[in-house]
Amino acid sequence: MSVLAYIETWEGKFKKTSFETAAYASHLAEALGTDAVAVVINASDDPAQLGQYGIKKVYRANDAGDFNNYVWANTIVASAKEAGAKGVVVSGTFGGKMIGGLAAVKFDASLITNISEKPTSVDPLVVRRSAFSSKGFVDYQVKAERFILSIIPNGIGVPAPNDASAEVVDFAVVADNAPTVQVKDVDRVKGKIPLPEAEMVVSAGRGLKDPSNWNLIEDLAEALGASTACSKPVSDMGWRPHSEHVGQTGIAINPNLYIAIGISGAIQHLAGVSASNKIVVINTDPEAPFFKAADYGIVGDAFDVVPKLTEAIKAHKANQ
Amino acid sequence: MKVLVCISHVPDTTAKINFTSDQKSFDKNGVSFVINPYDEFGLTRAVWLQEKQGATVTVVNVGTAETEPTLRKALAIGANDAVRINAEPTDGYFVAKQIAHLVKENNYDLVIAGRESIDYNGTQVPGMLAAMLDWPFVNACVGLDINGDQAEVIREIDGGKEKSVVSLPSVIAGQKGLVEEKDLKIPNMRGIMQARSKPLSVIEPVDADLKTEAVHYEKPAPKGDCKMIDPDNVEELVNLLHNEAKVI
Ligand SMILES: Cc1cc2nc3c(=O)[nH]c(=O)nc-3n(C[C@H](O)[C@H](O)[C@H](O)COP(=O)(O)OP(=O)(O)OC[C@H]3O[C@@H](n4cnc5c(N)ncnc54)[C@H](O)[C@@H]3O)c2cc1C
Ligand SMILES: Nc1ncnc2c1ncn2[C@@H]1O[C@H](COP(=O)(O)O)[C@@H](O)[C@H]1O
Repeated sequence: MSVLAYIETWEGKFKKTSFETAAYASHLAEALGTDAVAVVINASDDPAQLGQYGIKKVYRANDAGDFNNYVWANTIVASAKEAGAKGVVVSGTFGGKMIGGLAAVKFDASLITNISEKPTSVDPLVVRRSAFSSKGFVDYQVKAERFILSIIPNGIGVPAPNDASAEVVDFAVVADNAPTVQVKDVDRVKGKIPLPEAEMVVSAGRGLKDPSNWNLIEDLAEALGASTACSKPVSDMGWRPHSEHVGQTGIAINPNLYIAIGISGAIQHLAGVSASNKIVVINTDPEAPFFKAADYGIVGDAFDVVPKLTEAIKAHKANQ
Repeated sequence: MKVLVCISHVPDTTAKINFTSDQKSFDKNGVSFVINPYDEFGLTRAVWLQEKQGATVTVVNVGTAETEPTLRKALAIGANDAVRINAEPTDGYFVAKQIAHLVKENNYDLVIAGRESIDYNGTQVPGMLAAMLDWPFVNACVGLDINGDQAEVIREIDGGKEKSVVSLPSVIAGQKGLVEEKDLKIPNMRGIMQARSKPLSVIEPVDADLKTEAVHYEKPAPKGDCKMIDPDNVEELVNLLHNEAKVI
């Protein structure tokens, strides 16, 4: 028996959230009295380093070609079977969301998604997941023989690495009968952390008044090393790209720090961001509903407060 | 071309979520239900395929009789007919199994679903459905064009977009971008009148193994008080974020 972690890569490099799946699988394996193993597909990073997060053995499948979710799912399931895995841990990234449902059917497994906590119990296996757009939690019991657990990026966090090293074995990509996908073009925003994986997010709403004012937001984000996000109307008006829209109908995020500037805090917006660890709200209106969901608040004009905050952050960093 | 649009019936986005006092189920009392916002994008896109490319559009929901107003709304928006599979869904696998059965019996060319339902945020049904059918599957789709038996799709990836071509039949799970927010179709009076006489058939479910069981529901702990900081003293915020919250 074992528990398998799927290690997603980004241009060949391991994603931070992949270390979370490794750590989650290790934790679960330990609780079940077994070993954690992993599968990597198209990685240029050294899989042996996954030992630092408790992985004993890594199945390395390279040369999978362009992303094809069936090939990926087949390969993950085949390696899980090879390892005698009881279950697989994946990350709920966009890539993970392409694969999870396919893998669950092919592995004849229970699928539980949106997990941000370690299992509530292992026998029977019960896992808490976030539901109702962060307005509730539901504990699910696994009923099938096997399981696939999909964890929210940034949910459990990456533990401190130890100095162990994993055994690495080559594994053949399983392409059989996969429907073909011709990838035509991949357009990646260079050098930016994808929003769901960002530790810190600076977000702004209609209070910013005009897209040309976003330099204030970008300057603050840069000073912090944060990603940028926005409210729905801001992306609907085309001030910012769709991919920055957070909330119930956009991306749900749970960064360590979320700074909301000129956003009123409508229930649909909160639904996507309330799982953030700490929330800072900057708004001219002391009655803005967002303050009720915040840890720290400043009643003030963004055009005045944000540049001062950016300078203060820079000064703080310079003193570190 | 026959298009099937999966419609999830979910609490309105402004709904307050409550659980029953034994914490064993979601309390629907006083909650109004709507078409899942993600499915609205897919439905409008399908109606465009009907208007411009001669497709017929069927909508399906797996649910009890209480979901029929939601299906009628989808008919008013422009779907040709509706199917309700008469069961209280237990999990994503159950729903996928029901829809897979319907698809196998009816030879659809394209299934459009949403990226996720805003109730349980499962992100499960469309992928499972595709695997049950062995059809190509594209999630988080933000662009869809049908040319003959091929679908040209754009999907959101982590930090970007990918354009690819898959062959029909396929399962597409969409979101905003499939059509723009401003282009979403809303029912007009004529649509509402016509919807009353459009076919809505009810079929019985097939068996499906229980894969997961919801055993306990809980609300998040309420937030503590918000600490207010003087706008002229942003250094205090930086200090708190560093020393108290330990996030920077
Ligand atoms: C079905 C549905 C789904 C939705 N999904 C989402 C979603 O996923 N995400 C989302 O964000 N919204 C969503 N919404 C929209 C949501 O209801 C709100 O309309 C939206 O979040 C408001 O955006 P906003 O806060 O940027 O704008 P507003 O509500 O206009 O708020 C602007 C705020 O800026 C403040 N302000 C003004 N000037 C300044 C200044 N100089 N300095 C500082 N503050 C200032 C104002 O006091 C105000 O609080 C959804 C709505 C519906 C109906
Ligand atoms: N009960 C249901 N009936 C019909 N379609 C559904 C149902 N539940 C989910 N779906 C479809 O599957 C998508 C993803 O839902 P989920 O996997 O539940 O997050 C939804 O946007 C719908 O298109």
